[in-house]
Amino acid sequence: MNNSIQTPLAKAKGLGSAHYGTAHVMKHHLTTLINVPLVLWMIYSVVTLRGASYDEFMAWVAHPVSVLLLVLFVISVFKHFALELQVVFEDYVSCKYARTVIVVGMKLFFFVLGLSTILTALKMAFMAGV
Amino acid sequence: MAKFTLPKNSKVKKGKKFDAAEGASNKKKFKVYRWNPDEDSNPRMDEYEINLDDCGEMVLDAIIHIKDNVDSTLTFRRSCREGICGSCAMNIDGRNTLACLKPINEVKGDVKITPLPHMPVVKDLVPDLNHAYAQYASIEPWMKTDSPVPTKERLQSPEDAQKLNGDDGKGPSGCILCFCCSTSCPSYWWNSDKFMGPAILLNAWRWITDSRDEATGERLDQLEDPFKLYRCHTIMNCTNACPKDLNPAKSISEIKKLMVERHS
Repeated sequence: MNNSIQTPLAKAKGLGSAHYGTAHVMKHHLTTLINVPLVLWMIYSVVTLRGASYDEFMAWVAHPVSVLLLVLFVISVFKHFALELQVVFEDYVSCKYARTVIVVGMKLFFFVLGLSTILTALKMAFMAGV
Repeated sequence: MAKFTLPKNSKVKKGKKFDAAEGASNKKKFKVYRWNPDEDSNPRMDEYEINLDDCGEMVLDAIIHIKDNVDSTLTFRRSCREGICGSCAMNIDGRNTLACLKPINEVKGDVKITPLPHMPVVKDLVPDLNHAYAQYASIEPWMKTDSPVPTKERLQSPEDAQKLNGDDGKGPSGCILCFCCSTSCPSYWWNSDKFMGPAILLNAWRWITDSRDEATGERLDQLEDPFKLYRCHTIMNCTNACPKDLNPAKSISEIKKLMVERHS
């Protein structure tokens, strides 16, 4: 806690409200709901594709519904993961500078990872001829 | 980073032992946290064995008995001794509660008593509540109105009054500000500098839901913050700890619902 000569009320009020947070929670809850059918679909797909040949797998990726759901899955899961991790870092990293760097870095990491995953999925789909 | 271990000078050591008088038939041991800011030493756990036949039924009776008859240096807060003032909030047998409402016979084995967790300690069982009180002041816990002051009392329907008092008398207005809830909340432990904690949010809800108050939007504005409100992860320790059986977690979720409502 700040030990400077401030009144307890000045410390408690701090910089005031950020007027932010509800949108974060709403996005988190929304991606949770969207993830339920998408994760079930992904599990079903992995189970049914077990032992599939390269051609069978490429045919699955090339199906418009599969590639669409795959892209949605990556967006929703990665977004959800980034939102959740942000909360964890906000909880446990008390240094505001370190927290900002970590959260921004983490968001950038998931953005790049998500984008490259989506591009890979689309490339595979187009290679196989959507 | 959040600290998961105590600093060297806060590690609790073994303390003094005080045995019960010879011939005591109904003995019970109380292990009590002791720390004196005037002594350059670590906190310690003193052990007091007392004869329960010589004191009342509650833990507060026991520590008053210890102060009066065994060790007058033991320091703690207490006032009403009937669960109204919230002064004697402390951690008894691993649980935050009011010493005056905690029967000794509910504790199996030795009774371990420590101050409310994760608060600066003033002395022995007395926590420093300055920051918590300042957080309470920051929510402006009084009725705010723009309408002209009425000539008589401000009217409120029985239904609206029930939102404050609760169906069973356990509504948000029943809070006695003992801070058992806030100091049982891990989120408050890690981020108490910014997170309001369940006690303050419960009281914020008490004013937000008051039909006579005209500053609902302003109050919600003040709370809409990733730290002030959204550090609450519905852990529910607060509701579990409340010695008055109130439900701070529900009040916080009602605030969150209103936040979503104004965004939808």
